[in-house]
Amino acid sequence: MSSFPDRTTAALVIALGVLGAVRAIAGGTQAAAPPDAQTAATQHADLAAIAPVSKGEDELVGHYGYGAVPTAQQIEGWSIAVQPDGTGLPPGHGSVSQGADIFASQCAACHGTFGEGEGRYPKLASDSKLTDEHPVKAVGNFWPYATTVWDYINRAMPFPAPHSLSPDEVYAVTAYVLNLNNLVGDDFVADRTTLPKVVMPNRFGFILRDPRPDTHDVACMSDCRKPSDIHITSSAEHVGLTPRTTGPLDEMEPK
Amino acid sequence: MQKSLQTQAGAGAAPPGRRFLLKGGIAATGATLLGAAAARAAAQPDAPPAAPPADPDWSRSLGPGVDDRPYGQPSHFEKDVIRRNVPWLTAGTQSSVSFTPLQHQDGIITANGLFFERYHAGRPTVDPAQHRLMIHGMVDRPLLLDIEDLRRFPSESRIHFIECPANGGMEWRGAQLNSLQFTHGMIGCAEWTGVRLSTLFGETGIKPGAAWVLAEGADGAHMDRSIPLAKCLDDCMVIYGQNGEALRPEQGYPMRLLVPGWQGNINVKWLRRLQIGTQPWFTREETAQYTESMPDGMARAFTWAIYAKSVVTFPCPERPMKGAGLYEIRGLAWSGNGRISRVDISTDGGITWRPATLQPPVLSKALTRFTAEWRWDGKPAMVQSRAVDETGFVQPTIAQLRAIRGTSPIYNNNSIQTWQVKADGSVFNVQLS
Ligand code: HEC
Repeated sequence: MSSFPDRTTAALVIALGVLGAVRAIAGGTQAAAPPDAQTAATQHADLAAIAPVSKGEDELVGHYGYGAVPTAQQIEGWSIAVQPDGTGLPPGHGSVSQGADIFASQCAACHGTFGEGEGRYPKLASDSKLTDEHPVKAVGNFWPYATTVWDYINRAMPFPAPHSLSPDEVYAVTAYVLNLNNLVGDDFVADRTTLPKVVMPNRFGFILRDPRPDTHDVACMSDCRKPSDIHITSSAEHVGLTPRTTGPLDEMEPK
Repeated sequence: MQKSLQTQAGAGAAPPGRRFLLKGGIAATGATLLGAAAARAAAQPDAPPAAPPADPDWSRSLGPGVDDRPYGQPSHFEKDVIRRNVPWLTAGTQSSVSFTPLQHQDGIITANGLFFERYHAGRPTVDPAQHRLMIHGMVDRPLLLDIEDLRRFPSESRIHFIECPANGGMEWRGAQLNSLQFTHGMIGCAEWTGVRLSTLFGETGIKPGAAWVLAEGADGAHMDRSIPLAKCLDDCMVIYGQNGEALRPEQGYPMRLLVPGWQGNINVKWLRRLQIGTQPWFTREETAQYTESMPDGMARAFTWAIYAKSVVTFPCPERPMKGAGLYEIRGLAWSGNGRISRVDISTDGGITWRPATLQPPVLSKALTRFTAEWRWDGKPAMVQSRAVDETGFVQPTIAQLRAIRGTSPIYNNNSIQTWQVKADGSVFNVQLS
């Protein structure tokens, strides 16, 4: 689920929103591994290439002397980021069934009881293939790491009251969201050792090294195209999706 | 009498304040004269009542004094020039975007009040006295800075654009939005003032083996992205000033990260934490979001740089042509990989091109203005611009992009924009084969 659906996706989202309370994923194991052979080794090499390791800097430490040195407690309080190996996960645990209760009261209003998404709110479960014409991307078929689910729910959800859940509650709803996506069983208990081990089907679905420039246009100046080859493939003229650009802000909600 | 004065000369002017009303009697004689002039001007059917030879009311009265607007505002005649959003695009307005009205931007600097907004959890109201920036992780000496501390460090000012990589994201499958504001308005350019990260990281020291930095915001999303340390040391800054005043709340008051030339969301707003480590964090915003799905199902991640792009800002759907004659085509070009080296213009849909004039200043990773004279014969036309940057990269067509990336990437659409000009002067967003 993207924050910026194009028109067709948006229509799809609205259409699917009313399909409602069916478990989004039919069950069984996830779709086959993505075609491109990304492995831990290639990803490691790519990361090394895009972020060279520093030899360190220490000549000017404390040169200005402004500010303060934070206390260990201050650093710990703000260190909420979690890494794929589980670094940053706090003690605590939560089960799928505990998560179901918390989800029903704190999340389902927007995301639907089974993660199917109310209205245009994001779906949290999807089994669509990423090669589909209009893939619905969610935790089960797109997210590469289960730890990121914990991290994101902890820092940003529930949307109206971010960072208000206890670690145990975050573990529980994370377990529930993973279970909705058939990534873990009904008896799964999430904690700092089990989460990094959850197998995510799209773990190697990401190319980490930017392949651009992947277009190689040339600055042709004349006779660049045959006039007969040029035709309009689409026009926004009659699409009817453009909010007004004068007067007060538009509140249009096209069907 | 006073009423007719207002309808004639004051139509649309500021609502009369107390002093203005007091002057009504004095200005009344002027109104009579104006009326006579208007009658004489009737021979010229389009001439407004204030046109010569009339001396309009605003020239024959006193305006409000210097205490009237302690913080200035645009003329209220410009009330339509505002950021606008696309209500159907997102579930709500707190994780959403508003667009810069580029059709009204004269120059390379985006007015602070018109600079596009992208929020992931609404705009937080951050108290600068309580806000802190923490730098920790693989450093020799962790640091906690307040805004006053930050302002003491050596400062620099630079002009850079910031563009959301979703700019143009609704157009991958076809032309959808008939508006420059909505096809290209997720960009703004400002003069930013702040402190280099290299200065701050010199102060904390960096441990050997460090390679990545996590930047995190103080908003409800605790928005976070991983950035290579090398980029941070190259040209990133912590910003507190925007176009000569404090950074706007919409842009991250009291401090934000500036990552020149890289996609907008990495320029973390309301910046509160920089953690230095060895590996990226693979945050939700760099895996589930801000990654581009390719036709084979793979997704590109860490596609940070904004590649060369340009758009014609006149004519455009919001600013149509008014009859055949001589015009100046105007536009903006930018690249996250350096300076714009040239922009070419086509009015026949890309069959022939000619160079536009780049208007100084031409700055690296900044909006660059271009202009080209165009004698429009009043016949249908297809207006395009094509940017080339100092790396030699040439802005592609949407057809070229789609051939490689398909229709689902959402992000990084830097394609050539085509404006269809019809014989009546109206302008439409179209895509060509
Ligand atoms: C008021 C509506 C609302 C509530 C309640 C809510 N969310 Fe969300 N959630 C959102 C919105 C909106 C987003 C997308 C935010 C964005 O993209 O910036 C989101 C995104 C998410 C995502 C990421 C989806 C994706 O694929 O990127 C997850 C996971 C999530 N929420 C889990 C939860 C959980 C768990 C709860 C309950 C603890 C919860 N949400 C409560 C509105 C809500």
